[in-house]
Amino acid sequence: MSDNKLQKRTKLDMAKSPEGLEGPGFFATKLEDVIGLARANSLWPLPFATSCCGIEFMATMASNYDLARFGSERLSFSPRQADMLMVMGTIAKKMGPTLRQVYEQMAEPKWVLSVGACASSGGIFDTYSVLQGIDRIIPVDVYVPGCPPRPEQIIEGILKIQELAKNESLRRRESPEYKRLLNSYGME
Amino acid sequence: MNKEDLLNKISEKIKSDVHGALEKAEVLYDFPVFYIHKDKIHEVLSLLKNDPEFNFHFLTDLTGFQTEDEKHLGVIYHLHNMPKNYRVRIKTFFPITHPEIPTATDLWPGANWMERETYDFFGVKFKGHPNLKRILNVDEMDIFPLRKEYPLEDQTREDKNDKMFGR
Repeated sequence: MSDNKLQKRTKLDMAKSPEGLEGPGFFATKLEDVIGLARANSLWPLPFATSCCGIEFMATMASNYDLARFGSERLSFSPRQADMLMVMGTIAKKMGPTLRQVYEQMAEPKWVLSVGACASSGGIFDTYSVLQGIDRIIPVDVYVPGCPPRPEQIIEGILKIQELAKNESLRRRESPEYKRLLNSYGME
Repeated sequence: MNKEDLLNKISEKIKSDVHGALEKAEVLYDFPVFYIHKDKIHEVLSLLKNDPEFNFHFLTDLTGFQTEDEKHLGVIYHLHNMPKNYRVRIKTFFPITHPEIPTATDLWPGANWMERETYDFFGVKFKGHPNLKRILNVDEMDIFPLRKEYPLEDQTREDKNDKMFGR
């Protein structure tokens, strides 16, 4: 079967190559664009699932919605190898230090997706024992609204993070702005 | 034995063995309930557990509560005798300014975590408890959150202001 035929049958959607100079036998582009492309399409998620949003995440990973299509089929249950922290569910104040430790153990570059009303703002749990949004203890890149959000919404959130990863400057993590952001959370 | 008979029998037993302990006894929601003076609570619990006839060998539940006037705290014990299926409820009250009663861990080891929980949420100090510290809330918490004097809501939330909810 020729490549052309295969492509037609399975409707393969390849990642778009970055802008560059193309000629016979060579392709020249910016290193930043290539690295961004690689990072965006192989994000390893670390699921931090504490309640019902975690159930929606399971559906997101399963065959119907299949997050593997977006290069995130490999869940990393070790923070050291993960690129994207997905916080799904109510975070009690007692859980806060654990979540923060998990975040701090992740290697740069790292992104955080806050899935659902509880992780984003405390949701309906306006009570003394629940953290009113994880952005009080760790920086968040993308918020997904919903109670719980449907798998389509979670995928949309991950696509937004892919967009961030693709367009992020290689020097961003060394920039004074980023250092200031971490410092505002009391991190180095 | 029906509930009324059980109530009367246990009332008689408490009256004769622990003087001045029983304040009130009634059947509430199909359950014999005994109101015991706080100074006698341990004696009564010990009597009910060790008495050969009643032998309440199982502590189903232990929890705290606050009275409507907010000036008193209370502790409820649910006792169960499984072979005979006797079940009773013991209540005791004490002022919120001096929330101290003896522990029941020497009678039922299962009281350990329940008393810690009651301490965590209501600040009841159980004298003689081997490890009385918070069990569910964060260790740094300096309030007893289920007391009515403390608000239930998180006080740092910003999106619930009057402008948005028309209050």
